[in-house]
Amino acid sequence: MWSLSYIANALHDWLYQTFSPTLALIIEMVIAGIAVIGLFAVLGLVLVIMERRVAAWMQIRLGPNRVGPFGLLQSLADTLKLLVKEGMTPSGSDKFLFNLAPYIAMMVAMLLMAPIAFAKDFQLWDLNIGVLYVSAVSSIMVISILMAGWASNNKYSLMGAMRSGAQIVSYELSAGLSVLVVVVLTGSLKISDIIQSQADGWWIFKGHVPVLVAFVIFIIAVTAETNRAPFDLAEAESELTAGFHTEYSGMKFALFFLAEYINVFIVCSIGAILFLGGWMPFHIGHWEGFNRVMDYIPSSIWFFGKTFFLIFVIMWFRWTFPRLRIDQLLNLEWKYLLPISMINILLATAIAIAGWHF
Amino acid sequence: MPGLPSLRERGSRGEANMFIVNYIKDIYKGIRSLLVGMRRTGYYFTHHKEIITQEYPDNRDTLKMADRFKGEVVMPHDENNEHRCTGCTACELACPNGTIKVVTKFDITPEGKKKKAIDKLVYHLELCTMCNLCIIACPSDAIVMAQTFEHSVFDRAQLTKILNNPGSKIMEGVE
Ligand code: SF4
Ligand code: SF4
Repeated sequence: MWSLSYIANALHDWLYQTFSPTLALIIEMVIAGIAVIGLFAVLGLVLVIMERRVAAWMQIRLGPNRVGPFGLLQSLADTLKLLVKEGMTPSGSDKFLFNLAPYIAMMVAMLLMAPIAFAKDFQLWDLNIGVLYVSAVSSIMVISILMAGWASNNKYSLMGAMRSGAQIVSYELSAGLSVLVVVVLTGSLKISDIIQSQADGWWIFKGHVPVLVAFVIFIIAVTAETNRAPFDLAEAESELTAGFHTEYSGMKFALFFLAEYINVFIVCSIGAILFLGGWMPFHIGHWEGFNRVMDYIPSSIWFFGKTFFLIFVIMWFRWTFPRLRIDQLLNLEWKYLLPISMINILLATAIAIAGWHF
Repeated sequence: MPGLPSLRERGSRGEANMFIVNYIKDIYKGIRSLLVGMRRTGYYFTHHKEIITQEYPDNRDTLKMADRFKGEVVMPHDENNEHRCTGCTACELACPNGTIKVVTKFDITPEGKKKKAIDKLVYHLELCTMCNLCIIACPSDAIVMAQTFEHSVFDRAQLTKILNNPGSKIMEGVE
């Protein structure tokens, strides 16, 4: 069967037969790196055009419809434009940090790709603390934003960066707690274990109300963590011109832009893995016939379908809700999301101990 | 803590209950109003018939402007090349930014009397803000707003227009 894991395994075997193990390992790493970068590029193009189309339709507009069929090549044209633009470094800025920040943003996005299971048995690195790894690495993101804001030597950049610092620090709590709900129910931090535990139904269906609440809180918190509207205070075009990337232009700006979309993809795929079963097809308990039919749909399609559904939901938020003020933002986290998720995890733990979930 | 009622105070339990009730009400109301908004945008997302975008250069032939759209001031003439302007300069006086200049002359009527008439009604499109005041001020409805909008030209002088046609004269019976 032609699945992603089949191709990967065939390649692996061939490499190890042809080259010495060390060389084969190096070649595999290079291939993985190129694949990730390729995925980044494709994701960037696809998500940007998707966002613009979704935005247009929600605002009763048509959206990009001139370049290529149905305007699908618009983001390619935009990328070309950004590539040929000059990447300026302001004279008053801290040049080293200024130029380093976009690469850190990209690096974090790349690191986060490692534990994500794109299809059945198709994962770069199935480490046994996958979920912990993701939540730890994703908080490095804020460093790149702070770095960009500080190094720009611009009041708008600095304000945007500080806001984003406050925001990410607080929302990481409830994102972490809602992730914990699934970890508690599964009893494992390993991504493949979590997916396997959903073979007889996704957690969102099996876990009663607590998982549902956790899912909602997770979506809210990650929207805030990726700095997207209605939590886009770090950019806030109407107040801070462009927030932390005010001074960036050309490809350095494009890297931030790309990192935002990649992060959206990553948090949505994490959400899909934890709550919607990752690549696991839609199974209902022990209905063998039904489950067999669902298995015919390739696992990668399940994964990307769920992820893109979540991405769509986040885009839907962005084009519906107005931006929060910083005090409202922190109120929402500390007065509402955090207490609710604490009670929620208590309930989830009780359910897990008593074994009430299906 | 000053300001906060201590737990032993009478009614504090009631207040605490009130707080919880309000808290849950807040959450309920918040989620409800967010869902209402999402329903609206979701409706627009799925109903492409509502789209209001005009693909302008493509639909140039069928483009229909809104009734209240104001493009430029024009002076309608009838088939005999006659307009309704008496040269009263009310429009010139009404215009807040000096867009209109009425140049008058004196016609000799068949009875041999002198009568005021316009020589030229000069209109500077580049100055006009389409405020409609001149149209309202005109006592004889000689000028109206047209719905044209493709006004770009390469030379600014082309934006200065003479609204009355050459050789035109005033309609019979307009005073
Ligand atoms: S529309 Fe307003 S600005 Fe234009 S000519 Fe008339 S009065 Fe002047
Ligand atoms: S256009 Fe109307 S207001 Fe202006 S001079 Fe002629 S009659 Fe008078």
